[in-house]
Parts: sequence; C-alpha cells; structure tokens
Amino acid sequence: MEQHRSHIYGVMAEFDTPEQLIHAVEKARAAGYHRMDAYTPFPVEGVAHALGLKRNHVPLITLLGGLAGGLGGFYFQYWANVASFPENIGGRPLNSWPAFIPVTFEMTVLGAALCAVFGMLALNRLPQPHHPVFNVKRFVHATSDRFYLCIEARDPKFHLMETLRFLQGLQPHHVSEVTDA
Amino acid sequence: MSAGQPPIDSPEIRRLTPVLGPGHTFGSVTDKISSIVLTRPTSYGWYAGFALSFGFTGLMTIAIGWLFIKGVGIWGINIPIGWGFAIVNFVWWIGIGHAGTLISAILFLLNQKWRTSINRFAEAMTLFAVACAGIFPLIHTGRPWMAFYMFPYPSTMGLWPQFRSPLIWDVFAVSTYGTVSLLFWFVGLIPDLATLRDHATSKAKQIIYGMLALGWRGSVRHWHRYQSAYLLLAGLATPLVLSVHTVVSFDFAIAIVPGWHTTIFPPYFVAGAIYSGFAMVLSIAIPLRKAYGLEDFITMRHLDNMAKVMLATGLIVAYGYFFEFFLSLYSGNKFDLFLVQQRLHGPYSHFYFALILCNILLPQTLWSYKLRHNVAFLFIMSLIVNTGMWLERFVIVVISLTRDFTPSAWGRYQPTFWDWATFTGTIGFFVMLLFLFVRVLPAISIAEMRELVAETSEE
Amino acid sequence: MKRMSDQAPAKHKEDRPAPDDHLDQASPTHRPLDLPAVRAQLQSKAGKQYWRTLEELAGDPNFEELLHREFPRQAPSEWDDAVDRRDFLRLMAASLALAGLSGCGRAPEQYIVPYVKQPDGVVPGNPQFYATAMPFGADAIGLLVESHEGRPTKVEGNPDHPSSLGSTNAFAQASILSLYDPDRAQTVTKAGEIQTWSQFLDAAQALAATFRSTRGEGLRILTGIINSPILAADLQTILTLYPSAKWHQWEPAVGDGTREGAKLAFGSYVNTVYRPENADVILSLDSDFLASGPGNVRYMRDFYKRRKLNGPGDAMNRLYVVEPTPSVTGSSADHRLPLRSADVEQFARALAAKLGLGGSGKLAPDADKWLDAVVKDLKKYPRRTLVLAGEQQSAEVHALVHAVNNALGNVGITLYYTEPAEAHPVNHLDSLRELCVDIDHGKVSALLILGVNPVYTAPHDFDFAAKLRFDEKRKGKRIETVIYVSPHFDETAQYCDWHVAESHYLEAWGDARAFDGTVSVVQPLIAPLYRTHSLHDVLAAFTDKPGLSAYDAVRDRLKAANPSGDFEKFWRKTLNDGVVAGTAFPAMNASLKFNPASLSPAKESSSGELEFLFRPDPSIYDGRFANNGWLQELPKPVTKLTWDNAALVSPKTAQDLKVTHSIPSRGGEHGQILSDVVDISISGSKVTAAAWILPGQAEGVVVLPLGYGRKKAGYTGTNKGFNAYAVRASNALWAANAPSSVIRKTGDDYPLACTQYHFNMEGRHILVSGTLDEYHNNPNFAHEHEELPPRELSLYKGEAEFPYARNKWAMAIDLNSCNGCNACVIACQAENNIAVVGKDQVMRGREMHWIRIDRYYTSTLSATGPGGGLASGKSTGDPSEYQPALDNPDTFFQPVPCQQCENAPCEQVCPVGATVHSAEGLNDMVYQRCVGTRYCSNNCPYKVRRFNFLRFQDWETPQFKLMRNPEVTVRSRGVMEKCSYCVQRIDKARIDADKKDQPVPDGAIITACEQACPSQAIVFGNANDPNSRVAKLRTQQRNYQIMPELNSRPRTTYLAAVRNPNPELENA
Repeated sequence: MEQHRSHIYGVMAEFDTPEQLIHAVEKARAAGYHRMDAYTPFPVEGVAHALGLKRNHVPLITLLGGLAGGLGGFYFQYWANVASFPENIGGRPLNSWPAFIPVTFEMTVLGAALCAVFGMLALNRLPQPHHPVFNVKRFVHATSDRFYLCIEARDPKFHLMETLRFLQGLQPHHVSEVTDA
Repeated sequence: MSAGQPPIDSPEIRRLTPVLGPGHTFGSVTDKISSIVLTRPTSYGWYAGFALSFGFTGLMTIAIGWLFIKGVGIWGINIPIGWGFAIVNFVWWIGIGHAGTLISAILFLLNQKWRTSINRFAEAMTLFAVACAGIFPLIHTGRPWMAFYMFPYPSTMGLWPQFRSPLIWDVFAVSTYGTVSLLFWFVGLIPDLATLRDHATSKAKQIIYGMLALGWRGSVRHWHRYQSAYLLLAGLATPLVLSVHTVVSFDFAIAIVPGWHTTIFPPYFVAGAIYSGFAMVLSIAIPLRKAYGLEDFITMRHLDNMAKVMLATGLIVAYGYFFEFFLSLYSGNKFDLFLVQQRLHGPYSHFYFALILCNILLPQTLWSYKLRHNVAFLFIMSLIVNTGMWLERFVIVVISLTRDFTPSAWGRYQPTFWDWATFTGTIGFFVMLLFLFVRVLPAISIAEMRELVAETSEE
Repeated sequence: MKRMSDQAPAKHKEDRPAPDDHLDQASPTHRPLDLPAVRAQLQSKAGKQYWRTLEELAGDPNFEELLHREFPRQAPSEWDDAVDRRDFLRLMAASLALAGLSGCGRAPEQYIVPYVKQPDGVVPGNPQFYATAMPFGADAIGLLVESHEGRPTKVEGNPDHPSSLGSTNAFAQASILSLYDPDRAQTVTKAGEIQTWSQFLDAAQALAATFRSTRGEGLRILTGIINSPILAADLQTILTLYPSAKWHQWEPAVGDGTREGAKLAFGSYVNTVYRPENADVILSLDSDFLASGPGNVRYMRDFYKRRKLNGPGDAMNRLYVVEPTPSVTGSSADHRLPLRSADVEQFARALAAKLGLGGSGKLAPDADKWLDAVVKDLKKYPRRTLVLAGEQQSAEVHALVHAVNNALGNVGITLYYTEPAEAHPVNHLDSLRELCVDIDHGKVSALLILGVNPVYTAPHDFDFAAKLRFDEKRKGKRIETVIYVSPHFDETAQYCDWHVAESHYLEAWGDARAFDGTVSVVQPLIAPLYRTHSLHDVLAAFTDKPGLSAYDAVRDRLKAANPSGDFEKFWRKTLNDGVVAGTAFPAMNASLKFNPASLSPAKESSSGELEFLFRPDPSIYDGRFANNGWLQELPKPVTKLTWDNAALVSPKTAQDLKVTHSIPSRGGEHGQILSDVVDISISGSKVTAAAWILPGQAEGVVVLPLGYGRKKAGYTGTNKGFNAYAVRASNALWAANAPSSVIRKTGDDYPLACTQYHFNMEGRHILVSGTLDEYHNNPNFAHEHEELPPRELSLYKGEAEFPYARNKWAMAIDLNSCNGCNACVIACQAENNIAVVGKDQVMRGREMHWIRIDRYYTSTLSATGPGGGLASGKSTGDPSEYQPALDNPDTFFQPVPCQQCENAPCEQVCPVGATVHSAEGLNDMVYQRCVGTRYCSNNCPYKVRRFNFLRFQDWETPQFKLMRNPEVTVRSRGVMEKCSYCVQRIDKARIDADKKDQPVPDGAIITACEQACPSQAIVFGNANDPNSRVAKLRTQQRNYQIMPELNSRPRTTYLAAVRNPNPELENA
C-alpha cells in the first residue's frame, strides 16, 4: 500500500462552473482536507478565500523595489553631479535637485515594476515547465472552460479510495488520479 | 460589479450596446479568439498588407542607412531649426503609445469592463509605437554611434550624463515606459499563452507557446499573486503613463524658446497623447474587428466609449491651445506676443489653422450619437485626429524655432525626401509589427473574456 | 633651410629670440646660399632629385596621404554641393600627386632638414612670427605672419607698419587661403604643356636677344599698379635696354579719377594721404575710404579714434556721406545722402560754388538744403575738416575736392600731399587702349602680361581675347609671343603661349610701398609650394642680370639706398620690423592750379534714365579673390549675400521695375532668397543677372558689382554670379546711363544665398543706438528699455553662485566703432579652422562662421526704443515690401560671437555635458563628448552655435592640412561648434603667466577678431582686473547686454552706438 501510494500526487475533480468549484472547496475544507489546490481558466472570485489564502508578499516586494529604485536613482544623480564629476553647468548649483526629480521618479516606477513581476513569478515558482497535474489528459481544459480541484497526497488525511469517494460525492464532471510520473 | 461602474454605464445602455455579444460561453470565446492564431488559414489580405508594410520598413532601413553614411545634413534641419521631423515624429509616436497602457491600467483600476476586449492589442500598439518613437532620438543625433554617452555607464573619463537635461529625462522615461509596458503586456499574456499551448495542434507551436507560458497551470494560488501583481503594475503604469509625456513636454517647456517655454505643456501634452492614442486604437480596432469578425467582442459600445474619450481629451487639448494664447496675451511678454502673431499671421499660419480644424473643429461632430455609431465615420475621424496631432507637434517643434529671439537668425524649414522616407518608413514598421502580432498572439485577452462571460452570465 | 636662416622673426611676440640672436645666426652654417647656383643644381639633376625626394619623403605623412589616395575619377559624385567640392579637391590633390610630384616634393624637403638641425629660436609647437607685407593695388599692408614649423597659418597686422598699425582687412586675412589654394597654377607651361623653368629662361633669353637688335620694337609689358621698387627698377632697366619697348598698366577696379584729378588740380600726379584723426567734420563724396582704396585699414583706425567715447562728456567727429550705393563708410555715416553718381559731381560743383570757389552745380532742392547744412558745418570747423572723393568718381570731382580742401585750409592738417606711391602713374584706360590699338596695327610682337587678367577685366569693347586669339583674317596671331604670369591658369592664360605660375607673396622675396610711401620687404614664409616664380624672376630674364634672385635684388637695392653702416644689422632690423626705416614720403606742397569756374558744365543726368554703376565687389574685389572660399562665403557687409553678386537696385526702383524677392521654405530669411532675374542690355552688350533690392541705394541707380562670372577661376570661383565686365565699355567705365527699358525681367528667378535677409529688430533689446545729444542728456539711454529679471524668482535662490575668482574673461564690443568691414569674420575663420560649406549649404542656413555681423536698419538715429523706428514691429523686415523709410535708412552693424553666458541656456540642456562652464567663465565646447542633439543651438537665444550637419571639413587636400592652425581641433561631422573666445590663445597666455607665476597681464590675450579689427571695436580681457580695458568698458553706462531679460548673463557685452547728427538736419 505505502509504496503504491508514493506514486500518487493527488486526486483531481473537474467541475463545469466556478460555483461548483467553490462549493467543492468549501466541502473539502469542512471535511478536514488542507493540502489541496484549485485550477481555473480565469481568476474566480471566492476560490482563494475558500482555500483560506490570505495576503501574499508581492506588494511588499514591490514596495521595496520602488524604494530602492527611487533612493538609488536620486543618490546616483547627487553623487555623479556633486562628488564624482562636479561641473558648472550653466551656473546652476551642483545639486540641482529639482532637475533630478524626473529621473528619480522613473527609477522608482522601474524598480517597483520589475520587482512586482519577477517577485510574482518567483513566488509562484515559475517558470516551471512540468507539473504532475499536466499528466491528467483532461487538464487541457483548465486553460479553457473547466474548473479543477486537486487534493494532494501530502495531506495527512489523504487516503486514495476515501478521497476519491469524497470527491465523487461532490457531483463533479469527472474525477481522476494524478500521478507523479 | 456595479461598485466601480460610472453612471454612464447604466443597465439600459448596456442592453443597447453590450460589451460582449450574446450567447457566449467560456469555451466559445476561447475557441473563437484562439482560432484566429491557431487554426484559421492566413488570408491573402494578410499577406498583401504585410508585404506592403514590410516594403515601407525597407524604405526606413534605407533612409536610416543613408543617414548614417552622410549625416543628419540629408534632412531639412538647419540653424535655427535644429529639430525637424525626427523630433516631431518622436513626440507623435510616443503620444500614440499612450492609449494602450492607459486603457489597460487606468480603465483597469476604474474597473471598466469594456476595456477587456481592446486592452490587449492596445498594449501591443503601445509597444510598437514606443519602438517607432525610440528610433528617432537615436538617429537624430549627429553622431548616433556615440549615443551611449547618454546612458550612465562608468566611462574611462569618469563622465556621467548631464542629468539637468530633459533629453536625459527622456532616456529614462521612455526606456522605463517601454520596459513596464512590455512587462504589463507579457504578464497579461501568460494565461492566454497557456491556452494556446493547450490548444495548439502542431508540436512546434506547443513547444514555443509552452515556453512562453512559463508552465502556467491556472493554480488559484498563482492567480492570487498574479492578480495583486497585475493590480500593482496597473497602479504603477498609471502615473508612469502620465509622467512620460510630461517628461517629453519638458523637452520644450524647460527650454527658453518662445512657444516652448510654457507651463501648460505637461497637462496638454498628456491630454494630446491620450487623444492621439485613442484615435490610433480606433484606426486599428475598426479594421481588425471587421477582418476577423470580432464584432461580438469589440462592440459598438467600445467604439462609442473611445469616441467619447477622444471628444473629452480633444476638448482638454483645445483648452490647452486657448490657454497658451491667453497666457501669451496676459503675460504681455513681447516674445510670446510675437509668437501668437506668428501662429496666426506668420508664414506657417496655414499649418496652425489646419491643426485647429483637425484637432478641435471636426472632432466636435462626435457629440452626435449617430455619427459616433457610424463606424466608417469614426475611422475617418480617427485618422483626421492623428493627422491633427502630428500637425500640432510640427507647429510646436518646428515653427516655434523658425522665429525665436534673434531676428537676424530667423529661418525656415522644408523637409527633404529623406525626412519623409524615415517618417513613412516608421509607419510601415508599426503596421508590420501589428500584422505579425495579430497572426501569432491572441489579439484579445481570452482569460479576461472568460471573466466577462462569467460576469455577464450572472446577470 | 636657407629661407629659415634668412628670415628674421619679428620681435613683437614674447616668444621671439632677442634681436641679437639673429646676428649670431649669420654664422657659416646659416650663410645665405647663392640662389642661381642652387637653381642650376636643381635643374641639372632634376630627375635624381625627384626620386631621392620621394625616398626621403617616404616617412612624411602628408606625402603618404598623397600616394595612397584612391584614383579621383572613381570618386563618387555626391548629392550635394558641400560634398561635391570635396570630391573635386580630392581630384585636385591627386592631380597634384601625379602631375606636380616634384613640385610638392621639394617643399617638405626643406622642412625635414631643419629639424635634423633645429634653427635657432624655433621651439617645436611654438609658432614664430615673421614680418612681411601684402601688396595690394597702390598700397601694401604690413603683416606679421604666424608660422608653425615653417607653415604660415595666420596673418596678423604689423603694429610698426603705417598702413596696418596691427590691424588687417578681410583680404589680408584671407590671403593665407589663397596661398594654399589647390587650384593654383603649379608650373610653367607652353601652349598648355609642362615646361621647366630653365626652358622658359632659354626662351626668354632668346626673345630678349632678338629685341636687343630691334631696340625692343614691338616688346610690350602689361602690368597692374606697380608699387614695388625692385619691380619698378626691373621695368626701368628693360625700358632702358629696349628704348622702343612700352610698359602699359591696367588696374580694372581703380579709377583714373584719383590720378587725373590730381593732375587737373596740381598739374602733376600727386598722392593724397589723409589724417582723419585730425578732422572734426568729414564729408565723403562717394568715397569708401574706410573699406577700400589705399590706406583703408589705417584710415579706419584713425577715423574711429575720434568716435571712442569714455563718457557723456566726450566729443565725436561727424561724418557726412554722399553716395549712390550704400558702402561700409556710408553705413556708418551720421548723415547720408543717396545721390546718383552723376549728381555727386553736381554736388561737388555746388559745394565748391557755395564755398565761393566759383562754378555751379545743379541739385535737387532737398539735396541743396542738405548741402547748405553741411557747408555751414564745414565752415564751423576751419582747418579741422576733410573732404574726400571716391576712387570711382571723375577727375573733376577729385579736382574740386582738392580745391575745397585747399579752401577749407585742411591741407597739412587733415591731409597732405606726397609724390605718388605707385611707381609709374599713368592713365590706365588710355594705357590699355594704346596697347590694344597697337596690337591691332600689328605693332606688338611680344607681350608680357604680369599679374593682371585682361581677357576677363578689360572693357568688353576692347575685346582683348581677340587680340590674343588666332585671327582668321590674318591667318595667324596678332602677337607672336605672349608670356603670361599669373597665380591661376585663368581666362587670359588659355590664349597665351607661355604661362608662368606666379608665386604667392608668402612664397617669394619682394618689396612694396605703402600708401604713404613706406617701403617694406616682402619676406617669404615658405618655399614655393609648386614650381612658381615671382614677377621679378620673369622680368629679370629680360634684363642684363637674368640670374639675379629677388632676394638679392631686394638686398642690393637696400644696400644702394643705405651705403653707410653695418648692412647686415640694418637688413635684419628691416626684416624684423617689416618696414624700411624712414622711407615714408615727406609731405610736399602741391600748389593748386585749378579754378572750379573753369570747368566745362557737366553732362546733365536725366532722372528718367537709370544709372548703371560698376563697383569692385566688397568680398572678392575685382575678381582676383574669386577662388578664395573664405571670401566667397563671406557675407558682403551691407547685402549679406554670399557666393554671388547681384544687380543692386533701390526699393523704389525695384517697385517701378516690378522686380522682387520671395522667401522659399528652404533656408528662408536666413539662407535662400529667390530673386527675379533681369536682362540688362547696356553699352552694346547684354548680361543676365539676379536683382537684389538694397535699401539706401539712390533711386534709379543699378549697381553691377565686378569680379564675378569668372569662366576659369578654379573650382570655387568659376561660374559664380554674373560677369559685370561683359557690359562694361571703355566709354562708360564706372557709370552708364540708359533708359529703364534696358532692364527686362526674364520671368525666371534665381536662388541667392543671403545670411541675413530680415533687417528688423522687432523692438527687441538687441542693438541699441542713440544720438550724441541723447547720450549727453541721458548717459543711461542704453538701459532705458531693459527688463532685468528679479533674482529672487530663481528656483535656486540662496545657492552660492560660482565665483570665477581668478580670471573672468569677458569681451566688450563698441558698436560705435563697428562698420561691418568683416575683417574679424575671416580672422576667426583662419584662426579656428572653420570650414567652408558652399552655396547650397549656406542656402540651407548652415554656414559655419563663429562670429557673424548682423545688419539692422532703423529709420531714425534717435533711440526711440531699441532698434528705432523701423523696428516698431509694423514693418515685416522684408526689403522687397516697399516703404519710404527704406529709401535711406540708418544702418547699424553688430558683430555677434558666442555671448559666453554665465547662465548658459545651452549648457543646461546638453544631455551629455558636452558644453560646460570653465572656472574662468568660458562656455566650453567639448567636441569629443558632443553627440550632436542640437538642443543647445535650439536653446541659444543668440543663435551663435554652428553645427556640422555633414562632413564640411576637407580632410583630404594636403594643402589645407598645411594651412590649419594646429592649436585648434578640426571638427568633423555631427558635432556642434561655436566661438571659444580663442581659448587656445587664452591657454597659451595663462601658461606663460603661470610659468612666471604672475597674473595674466591685460592685453596678453588678443582674440583673433580683436586683433584683426581695424577700428578696435572689440576688446577682450579679464573682467576681474579693474584696470583691464574690458573692465573699464564694462563700467561705462553705454555697456549693455543683448536681451538681458533672459537672465543668461552674457560675458560679451556691447557699448551702444552713438551717432552725431547735425541738429539742423535732424530737425529738418
């Protein structure tokens, strides 16, 4: 039994509508499952909440990126004009701070934007070419018109037969095992 | 749903002009849009259009090659008119490049559902317009091969760019804008690339789209972070898009040339940018929906709204013109007064009146509901507005320079063949990129359309 | 080597060795070689010489450049003018490489050697200055020529020379380019085939031998004005050796009126020398004495001495000018009366009459009233006035003027008489006519033409070409042998048997007399670049001493003149000073034998007719400078035209004739003007010319400037403009009257390159002028209309400003002394290696001059606001739109170099910091850093920046490489450039001062424009030093900035122009 289970990543139920999915997730949570994930062709309001996802770290990373870009941008201009290579430009003072603002702003936005995107990808562990769920033939509909709930084998409460039976109970369109290889 | 909805989007209007044709399901939108890229055979029209635009791109390449061989002297510029077509086109393209990010970002933040079906190619248009714009600041320099002096790199002489110069601000603003627009566009594309990956029939397409999709599998955890990232990008892009044309307007406002040195420039450059940007979106959307039968996705409501935005921004621009004059007269500054006189009676006055006609008078027809809903008329109007905005930049950049402070140095400007070749060439380049885009990428965001299906089905 | 050792460097520069060093130089190693011997040597083994030179030169970069040039015929023909020119020059250079190998091979040889054994006093990198003189007409301008390692690169005035006093004019400045002109004839040719000099000598000897027997029957010599003693001596010798030989003279652009007038007044040719500095009131009758004619540089200096104002208390002289067409002199007059040339004579007669000298003149009532006021003014200052007559005016006018000056008691005070400066004054027209008649009668068997170009310049009715050409009727040529010496293979050369390439004055020894008789030695700065020879070399071939070199001739003549004392010492002093001490003519008292009453009544000028006047061109004179790119591209003082001449008509006449201009988009007000083309049929000939509307020209007068329309001038000068000589007949040499029907519009238009079309200041604070009274009453009048921005508006309020503690360079330009003579423009071009761009580029508004001279018209002298009446903004500033104010506007000139703003608008907008401020307040251009965004130029309110839109500089032609100033970067395509206050001179002076650990003394730095300026209008110096000249000027109340409201704080400031009108005429 044990070694047999080791090949299983989880079991997956396919639903037709977002509502069914949300309903299923709530049921599963109520049934005490925790290690599960849902897959949708577009962001569905409520699923994340049902899965108990709270805040994520993307905004924080973005903030830090913006601060770094802005402070770095201004400091660099200050350093270049006052310390590194001071020059008399049209009689303006070396630290013509008003003239440094536009670049500072642009650097803020650039830093924040880069951190937002690459932060998001990093937290999502993307790019990730392969994943067990792709082994499910029908999973191609996950990017089109179907909604999936996958209860993973890592879940302490996970038991292949029972979990299958549990999912069957949610009137899914279809249920399938998800194997590692 | 109704929370972010402006009053204009009242239920009956929505019934009259829906943002999405009736009877669409998640599957149908997916198939409809992805089929354009995956299954639909390439039409002869596409080949013809691509060939033509490719031809003009070739012309641009030749023009730029000759420029590098001979020097900017092949253009019509001179002393005192140091900036000619190159800068006019640069500002014009950058302006066009505004609508895309604006539609995506600002309308996204305002939760305007009708943006969904136009934001994708609007963003693409932005990228291509910025690409065209980016060409000019580089090639207009006397020594393009030295253009890297404008970037902050540790040079052997320990020199840095001169950060007081608006041109350096341009370098940062435009490159930042280009980067962020690209990220924004790509992030939006990821789920659709995944769709294409899963629907692709040929191995090659599966691999290519698969790589680009980064292994997206629609996990809700991913969607969760994805949405906050997309929201943040929108939030960042909004001030950015406003800042870019503000910075571009500084190229002129910071200088002391009469006709440039005006505080009104930043707001009215931005308004003008959005104006021309939406005009260009219309000029692209109308043929596109016709060619690929996307009337269900790009509905009259979209065209109507964009026409309204054009009307509004057009009025802001008109206000800008008026205020420019008013300030000149009010200030009593003799140089500004002279400028007003030049605009109205000078050797180039016909350009000025032409731009008033194109940018202010004709667009007023958009007040009419009937005309707003006449597609052909809208198309022509969008072209007129683009022409008008080009003329505006010509009047500001060139004509202000012809007669500035020192009468003994006054001059005139006449573009040469090479000026025209470069200009039309970039237009060809722009169109060519669009042709490629509609062929290989979903011109409409499928994922967001599904959202739209979900929402509309709720009602 | 030999030349280097012979030359005595002038001592006026600090880096000169002390004079006694030169005496040591007279050591065996530097012993002057015996020229004939050297020449013999060269001839004998020319071939070997040739090859050995090649090997010797293998290492010489110039020469390698020559060898490695691609074959010119394969050079692509480029799409625009500026580049075509380069192609051509490439071709020239290659032909130089092929044809003239030995020619250019010789020159470097002498410069390779000296650095094996370095001549005394030469520090590589430090220029040397040698005194010499540039002969010009009946005058010679004393020069100090800058030489870098043996290459003359720049001419400056010689302070010790009477006709220079340290200044120069545009011609002298541009002569350096003529030296390096790649189109110069490069060798001796016979019927177009290259000959050696010895072959020519043999031929000349043979010819001379035949004439010995015939006592010179049929031998004729044609020259221009000769004011060189040794040439005069040569000619004298020839005339004595061959008594029947004849010497003819023809100077196309100098009238006989001056000479004949003197003869009429005094019974003999007399030279008049003016002393304008002693005159309180000056009346010029069509005399452009400030810009042309003998002594003009000196006269400008002296004249403006009396117009320098240190304060409101100072007095000024007053200048009245009567002239048919605006000249430099007329433009700076306090009162100017436009009159037809014929009426000028009437005016002179009336003047004499009013002074009670008898005779009478018919004048229009207003002119008569004008004259009354003038006469009253003249009488007010007895013995302190001066009346001058123009070179183109008739003998009568000159005689009358002599009488008038005599009557006013000016002789000996404001002018004096001397024996003629020219060696042999004759009536040139008669002289040339005699020659032509004799040729037609077959009396001429051999003709030497020395330095004049009669086929081009002779009156068209003489048809000089026919005299030389193969004659169908005679089945042969009228003259057996024609020998022609000229710098170019030109219009005349093609009809001559022998052509000898003439050396430039910087290549050959000689001497010349200045306007006051002072003799100076013409000292060569460089061995001839090609196989060229001086007039003396050719003449000597016909004398009994054929081998005598010019060098020896000059020395012998001086020895003879100064038998006593150490000659070598005297010789060196002479070379060093540039003048032969004590050779100025003493004043002689010429007794007036002339009674104005005795004059036969002058011919009436019917006002219905047009009067066509022939005048030398202000830029290329009689055509001799046609191939000089600097002068061709030099905007003419009043018209601001370049590269062309045009038929000048007054605005009113233009309206009557319906000729007009239009401004095309290309170039526009600053660049290209489309002008109506007219056919002009006068004096039995026809010419087609572009018409140009010239405010201030007398109504009914059409001026046809000479010197253009050359057919064989070289690449630069050929087929530019129209040839006015073509309609110039011997019976109407200076003025031709004809009904207006002789002008017919062809309906075409012609593009003219005009650097400033718009004459209007649009009421801006640019050029400020006022009258002397206003200045007395309101010394602050220059600041009346200033709007100074309040400092507290600054965003950087409270920030420390840059101190410029040590040196604070500044320039002050006294508009009261500037008359737009253009000397500074060319001086700047020569000093700073400024490119010539060609007509097409000028028409696109891309000329490169670092200093330009703006010309503005006002309708009133009084300071009715900046710019005066015409600048009210009503006028369009377009001369082709007629308004009465244009009939006789007041003209002002304003030189505009970089203003070197302390708050430089250009610097703030440069993205790469390619233009930054130095610690001494200079607005520096860093060419290496410039990427060429042209933003700085857009943001420059004064538009003084110049951009290399294409590769304007000529990098191929080797001659130009020799010419360039090694202290100044040669800019390439795509970079901005502008006036640097001659930073290379500043640095040199600062380094010298630092070596002595002293502050830079005032006057140690003289910018090129300042040094050239004959009226000393430009002053440069350290504004921090309260005793410097510039600091003193800056404290004057007349001192103002252009458009101070911009807060750019220019370091270049101007002193408002002050005119001194006669109240009587002002109120009238």
